[in-house]
Amino acid sequence: MEFRPILSAMRRNKVGAILIAVQMAITLAILCNALFLIQQRVALSQRPTGADEANVVVIRNQWVGNPPDQSARLQGDLAALRALPGVVDAFPTNTYPMSGGGSTTGLSLHPDQKNATALASIYFGDEHAIAALGLKLIAGRNFNSDEVVDKVGYTDLKPPAALIITRALADKLFPDGNAVGQNVYEESLKGSVPIVGVVDRLQVPWVGAGGWGSKFNDNSLIAPFHFLSSYPTYYMVHTQPGQAAAVTQAAQKKLFDISRSRVIQRTLTLTAAREEAYKDDKGLVVILAVVCAALLAVTSFGIVGLTSYWVAQRRRQIGIRRALGATRNAIIQYFQTENLLIAGAGAAIGVAMAVSLNLWMVNSFAMERLHTSYTFIGAIVVLLLGQVAVLWPALKAAAIPPALATRAA
Amino acid sequence: MFNYYLGLALRSLRRNIVLTVLMIAAVGVGIGASMTTLTVFRAMDSDPIPQKSRQLFAVQIDNWGPDNKSIVSGDKERFQEQLSYIDAVGLMNAKAAHRQTAMYKTGAALTPANPSLLPFQVQIRATYTDFFSMFQTPFLVGSAWSADEDKNHADVAVITQKLNDKVFGGGNSIGKTINLDDREFRIVGVLGLWEPIPQYYDLNNDAYGEGAEVYLPFTRAIDGQMPSWGNNNCNGDIGQPGWEGRLRSECVWMQFWAELPTAADVDAYRAFLNNYASEQQRVGRFHWPAHTRIRDVREWLVYQHAVSDEVRILVLVSFSFLLVCLLNAMGLMLAKIMGRAGDIGVRRALGASRQAIFAQCLIEAGVVGLAGGLLGLLLTALGLAGLRSLLSEEVTRLTHFSLADITIAIILAVLATTLAGLYPTWRAAQVQPAWQLKAQ
Repeated sequence: MEFRPILSAMRRNKVGAILIAVQMAITLAILCNALFLIQQRVALSQRPTGADEANVVVIRNQWVGNPPDQSARLQGDLAALRALPGVVDAFPTNTYPMSGGGSTTGLSLHPDQKNATALASIYFGDEHAIAALGLKLIAGRNFNSDEVVDKVGYTDLKPPAALIITRALADKLFPDGNAVGQNVYEESLKGSVPIVGVVDRLQVPWVGAGGWGSKFNDNSLIAPFHFLSSYPTYYMVHTQPGQAAAVTQAAQKKLFDISRSRVIQRTLTLTAAREEAYKDDKGLVVILAVVCAALLAVTSFGIVGLTSYWVAQRRRQIGIRRALGATRNAIIQYFQTENLLIAGAGAAIGVAMAVSLNLWMVNSFAMERLHTSYTFIGAIVVLLLGQVAVLWPALKAAAIPPALATRAA
Repeated sequence: MFNYYLGLALRSLRRNIVLTVLMIAAVGVGIGASMTTLTVFRAMDSDPIPQKSRQLFAVQIDNWGPDNKSIVSGDKERFQEQLSYIDAVGLMNAKAAHRQTAMYKTGAALTPANPSLLPFQVQIRATYTDFFSMFQTPFLVGSAWSADEDKNHADVAVITQKLNDKVFGGGNSIGKTINLDDREFRIVGVLGLWEPIPQYYDLNNDAYGEGAEVYLPFTRAIDGQMPSWGNNNCNGDIGQPGWEGRLRSECVWMQFWAELPTAADVDAYRAFLNNYASEQQRVGRFHWPAHTRIRDVREWLVYQHAVSDEVRILVLVSFSFLLVCLLNAMGLMLAKIMGRAGDIGVRRALGASRQAIFAQCLIEAGVVGLAGGLLGLLLTALGLAGLRSLLSEEVTRLTHFSLADITIAIILAVLATTLAGLYPTWRAAQVQPAWQLKAQ
């Protein structure tokens, strides 16, 4: 294939060629950044919490007033919940995975350390927590019931008797893997607390992209407290498979039978909590996918339109080439090569644009660096798009009869 | 003349219907995509109180010092957005601004008088009487509580119309009481519809969510030991145990706003704040020079990133898409105009000036833009409906198309398409009549 005639023809249609190249460049820049973002958000929404999500029901309970016998009421509620048919176990806590709200503390290895070694989200719980969330204890032991005490609001500052932490937090604090039996210091309490157990995984409550918690996603601790306050408390109920709906209904009825002086603001499974927590991420993924599809469609229509015009403009020349012995394939190849040259230039500019767009987004937003593979995939998609789009006008060009050369224009 | 050109434009557009439809479609989808995101962006970026946004100031006082920056945020310029109870009350007592209010978010269980109804949860804002005049909240009936009631820690409440409908069936509830966590509060005012977007006075949680349903005197809420349901940040030193310990701690959990009508007031308040912080240094509470800041509503929204990154990214993506659509339309216009070089040659030979050709082609581009804009409006409505079905309720509140948005869409479409048509039009005006006639 000779490039020279193509280049000289293109020189006569500079603006059209530039228009197509620029369109392809922008398409490429948007496409690979959008694909990258889509992949990230999908991965984000698929991170496991460590809990048996489908079979864990959250019941948000709030007492009217701040009843003095809250401790006994809590025990009574939990005992009743555990006795319901279809319930594996239940425990009360201050927050739950993907809820978007909770507490964070810093953990240190020494009492007078200036900066904490690791940040961790705090879940209050008792000896039922592991079973009620369906967590996996991988080292050490569960809490003993005598380690569980009442904590009256966040201004009750007694240190916990023991801690169960996640594997990620254990690895961060004790890279040598001997977390169980060690003591840590909680930032605010200045007390030394022994780690008694390690669970495989328990995600922090905040799951937004780049938000609070994104830098310590798997660092959580369970402190053996029954939380008593005017804040809502969450009863986490682990049900037998498929029993979530039935248990939710029975549990609400049972709790109101015990006392009507409460607010059950809402009940939901962790699966529903996941849907809610990642709704906007999924929405973003769909929107970006639609825009990308529209972008590819518009760009390819643009290529079809301009190339068709060029074919129409060059009907005589094509006829002459055919009369002089050029095959149909040679004509098709001509337009395909022409498009490849334009698309190649567009792709080159596009890759540069994609990388700078990404760098700008890294600086301005919570965005990661673009992987090279995405620019590569984007470039290939754009080149293929050009080839497919040009096919129809090229076939039309190949159909121009050689006899056209002999006719007057 | 314009009408004649318009007629010519329409005739020419009709002659090559496929190219025309493609052009209009390109402009339409571009406008549809960009206006969809722009509508959300404009809602997020809008000034929630345009008549006063330059007079209301959020106050920051650094009570942690330069060594105690938040561990995650790495930005040295940023410091805590909220105040400790000590500083909130210190500034309230100083009364250095025209109007001022400290406030925080809390909540309670409301027990309806009718025993057959179950108690339900309400969001509460604990604040001072100035809140209502500063943020110009509309009162349906009644009014704010008085400054004396602030001073006396009175059991009074202002509720929203929605709550009034729910508890009192929409009747006049002034003088009646509501039961919050077993305590009775007398209603002094009912607010009409007031849902600033975003909730600029407290952007910590649910900036686009529903606001408080009950407003109580700050002093009363503190007495009642109603804990903050918003952000509490203690940065290591959590203070002494108990409610009193929390009040004396350096934990930050309160918002503070000052109304400063004139530039002189603003300067005076800055000086006052610096004096206040210096005094705290002198008495040994702060171990660093005064570090304070006031920001008006607009500056506060920017500082607090009221517009989410996702929306910024979508605006960027959709406007790049519009650019691609316009380049596309430009290419098609070029093809169309060059295909008509013969006609233009004839018109030129018959005496049409270059300006006349230019005007005619530009009007043609404008017509395409207008048609594309109308199609774009339709697609924007579709796009916004799509967003409502895809995104959470918080974002859904931002998807309402205003008259201003419609105007922007049409102007943007016509202007952008005409701009894209400039080059093809210029090329058309360059057509040499003689060459074209010869080629025929």
